[in-house]
Amino acid sequence: MPKVVDNIQIGPLVWKMRVEVPRLVAKAKAGQFVIIRVNENGERVPMSIAGLDKENGLLTIIYQVVGKTSAAMTTAPDGGEISDCVGPLGLPSHVDNWGTAVLVGGGIGIAPIYPIAQAYKEAGNKVHTIIGARSKDLLFYIDEHRAVADELHICTDDGSAGHHCFVSDILKQLLDGDEKIGMIMAIGPVIMMKVIAKLTRSYNVPTWVSLNPLMIDGTGMCGGCRVTIGDETRFACVDGPDFDGHKVDFDLLTSRLGAYKEQERAAMKRFLANPGCKLAPAVAAFSYPDEAK
Amino acid sequence: MADTIEKKERMKIPRQTMPEQKPDVRKTNFKEVPFGLTEEQALLEATRCIECKKAPCIPGCPVEVDIPGFIRLIVEKDYAAAARKIKETNSLPAVCGRVCPQEEQCEIVCTLHKKFKPVAIGYLERFVADYERENHLVQLPEIAPPTGRKVACVGSGPASLTVAGDLIKLGHKVTIFEALHKPGGVLVYGIPEFRLPKAIVQAECDFMAEMGVEFQNSIVIGKMDTIDELFEMGYDAVFIGTGAGLPNFMGIPGENLIGIYSANEYLTRSNLMRAYDFPNNDTPIIQGKNVAVLGGGNTAMDSVRTSLRLGADNAYIVYRRSEAEMPARAEEIHHAMDEGVEFHMLTTPINFIGDDNGKVKAMECLRMELGEPDASGRRRPVPIEGSNFVMEVDLVVVAIGNSSNPLIPRTTPGLDTNRWGNITVNEETMLTSRKGVYAGGDIVTGGATVILAAGAGKKAARAIHKYLMEEVKK
Repeated sequence: MPKVVDNIQIGPLVWKMRVEVPRLVAKAKAGQFVIIRVNENGERVPMSIAGLDKENGLLTIIYQVVGKTSAAMTTAPDGGEISDCVGPLGLPSHVDNWGTAVLVGGGIGIAPIYPIAQAYKEAGNKVHTIIGARSKDLLFYIDEHRAVADELHICTDDGSAGHHCFVSDILKQLLDGDEKIGMIMAIGPVIMMKVIAKLTRSYNVPTWVSLNPLMIDGTGMCGGCRVTIGDETRFACVDGPDFDGHKVDFDLLTSRLGAYKEQERAAMKRFLANPGCKLAPAVAAFSYPDEAK
Repeated sequence: MADTIEKKERMKIPRQTMPEQKPDVRKTNFKEVPFGLTEEQALLEATRCIECKKAPCIPGCPVEVDIPGFIRLIVEKDYAAAARKIKETNSLPAVCGRVCPQEEQCEIVCTLHKKFKPVAIGYLERFVADYERENHLVQLPEIAPPTGRKVACVGSGPASLTVAGDLIKLGHKVTIFEALHKPGGVLVYGIPEFRLPKAIVQAECDFMAEMGVEFQNSIVIGKMDTIDELFEMGYDAVFIGTGAGLPNFMGIPGENLIGIYSANEYLTRSNLMRAYDFPNNDTPIIQGKNVAVLGGGNTAMDSVRTSLRLGADNAYIVYRRSEAEMPARAEEIHHAMDEGVEFHMLTTPINFIGDDNGKVKAMECLRMELGEPDASGRRRPVPIEGSNFVMEVDLVVVAIGNSSNPLIPRTTPGLDTNRWGNITVNEETMLTSRKGVYAGGDIVTGGATVILAAGAGKKAARAIHKYLMEEVKK
């Protein structure tokens, strides 16, 4: 069973876990993902790769607490174990030298966009990275991004740090500016990726997004992760997770992500009432955004 | 005892009835439906065998188990020996005794079948395998001295398990790589608990491990390592038993609505991830009240019977041909009918209709009639114009078959496949177009049966052993 080297809270409901999986890390590339199982009865959940320490065989994943499994993940102690970490899954992000490229990371997307930014930089691109979150305490990886990007742009919805605007506003400024942008890669909440794709379509700049549907096996065996790209159905786990943002049916993805909303809430309530171990205060106090406290 | 009973007397013994959970009880639980013959029944049934000189049952079996041989041992009350006799040719009797379509294989050619009912060979195979396991009589076979040669099996379903079981006994080192977190392949994710208890699949895998087979679960060959990399890692031969793991969809409008599952997803959630026991297990599954399962094979029967157990008020099989053409086992069709499944034959959906929340709420269908035979030899269904009607459904399971998962072919240069993506092999040796690489089971044939996969595994093991000993110098 894979060893958890450390599991640290880095934001109000955001954790960073490093798992010792040397063989997986040796093979993994930016843009791929893994599937985690926290324990024997756990579900299989996909997690984007946020960092690869090839020298020490350590995989970094950054996750937000949104339900029972992510809440349970926060309880894995440093030096503990998780049941499974399978990968690397999905196709690596396509990397080329486009001259100037813009990477956009929104919310939890700030994590997986980081290794992709590194890869773009190594390929010789001038890299603009835009990272944004609702507020200052939801930002992370700033030093890491600053070390890679030629220009780092930070923004928050509430203005508590960086520019007081959305990531799409900064992207629009860059698109309206003098530099010729050859490629855009955006990872973040589905609504963010949808807005970015809509914006860039009118500028005719190629835009890739990383999709995050629900998954089970992750090897193309079940079709649970199917997404509509143009007129076609694709499996995000084997054909993706990156897709041409201008062809993605984001509304369908949003809809399918809600397939188990009732069961998820029931499971989270049950877990919070009886976690079987001590929870971090932020997790213990968790409530869904649209629920009355 | 058998010697003293005349053939005529034996033929008067009726075929024993398998004791089973009653339909209205069993459709509310996931426990195994048949209970298994009692010892008394097994002895009576074994006595029915008239020990024909020419034993037509043996060639009727895809792997040619010595059927009269193991039945004779039952009559002598040496049940463990009977199990071992089967295992000389078929490593998975507890599984095959439950899922083989004996009615199309060994039992249909049984001499008794001409005038009476055939010997219940399947029930007897199950009886001895269960007896051996439950009474802790499973013996480790003799393992030959180490040959210094290593074999990698990709996938842990019946084909690979058979290859591994045979090669380990011959002294080779064997590693089975499985992409999922539990071994067994379709035995663990595809076939439900009520037809094949997972404890039995685990017991078979544990037995392999005890013989020395190494299992590496949660390793996806083709992503983690390629087949070429397996050779670089020191494996001398590779067997590909990755199965038909690419779900077929109808390709009709609305198919991506919430509540429409491939059978692979539906069954994997229920069987492997134990979603039938949510929330004790974290994986959820949609529990529809009006469930339509598209297809007519064993997977369709498994899916529709699962939906009943998950609380469906109405469970339908929707199949575009007629009942006579259904490929499912007659036994499982009857189990489904007894449990209250409604069969809509000569019907095909043409689109799915969703509600405002993106969930399926209905399915528009067309009636069919049978026309000329198609490539499979079965009469081709032809739509009846204007026969459209709408069925209210809140869950649909698409169980219309699987194609070959392309992961291995795509990452193994020089591995030839046919136009459907199945790996092409020599029929006797199961050798592919790559030296030292063999394949068998559904990845070669398309979706088929456990026993055919096991049979392919036997052939492959023989050929791999010959290859290792003659062409791999150590």
